[in-house]
Amino acid sequence: MNILRRNVLKGAGAASAVSVAMVAGLLKPGTVFAAEWNKAVFESKDLGSVMGSVGGAGAAAGDINVKAPDIAENGAVVPVEITSNIAGTDTIIIIGEKNTQPMLAEFKLSNGAQGYISTRIKMGATSNVRALVKAGGKTYTAAKEVKVTIGGCGG
Amino acid sequence: MAEPMKIRASMSGDTADVKCLMNHPMETGLRKDAKTGAVVPAHHITNVTATVNGATVLDAQWGGGISKNPYLAFKVKGAKKGDKVVVNWVDNTGDKNTAEAAIG
Repeated sequence: MNILRRNVLKGAGAASAVSVAMVAGLLKPGTVFAAEWNKAVFESKDLGSVMGSVGGAGAAAGDINVKAPDIAENGAVVPVEITSNIAGTDTIIIIGEKNTQPMLAEFKLSNGAQGYISTRIKMGATSNVRALVKAGGKTYTAAKEVKVTIGGCGG
Repeated sequence: MAEPMKIRASMSGDTADVKCLMNHPMETGLRKDAKTGAVVPAHHITNVTATVNGATVLDAQWGGGISKNPYLAFKVKGAKKGDKVVVNWVDNTGDKNTAEAAIG
């Protein structure tokens, strides 16, 4: 069952990649390939410079909900759910303020994708999980403190 | 090729809920091996993209701070039952994977 399934998946994947490239190419050239990975920001160990390079913290907004546990027993797996009710939300950035590398992820949303992301992050120490939301060229932010009892970054 | 990833997409009202689970070690490059003390080299997903019927809905960049075997969920308004969702990832070693599902 597995071998067959894999072959089917592989074939389907290759075919879809072609059709994706074609459709995207017709609609919006240049969006086919993901942007180059922003190594400088992701490997930066300085929260200030990360915040600077993603465009600053912006205004605090009550329309952003950062859902995360109050206490995380295992910092290696902290479920985080970010919901932005700001109209026109096009980017969600997740930052772990006390992580060795604070920049965790950036999600660019388009074509009907809602201001919602759910994922699991690593946290090295008790700190704020900060969400930055960009909408209509403006940046908004919200944060939630998570207490970590065992760090997830090699600690 | 990396291990397969799981993907599931379902409609909830006029919005599609897409959930996926990837298989990846997500090494930050900061962790030391407990026995040898040697730094474990970075090996993590850097880019994730998702499309619905060929249109890009999500274009993400990740660092090593996303948990091992990453879980990702997102919502797409305006999608319909039967639409095809494709999720792709690429890691820092150039390894990549793709999965697709029809919205149910």
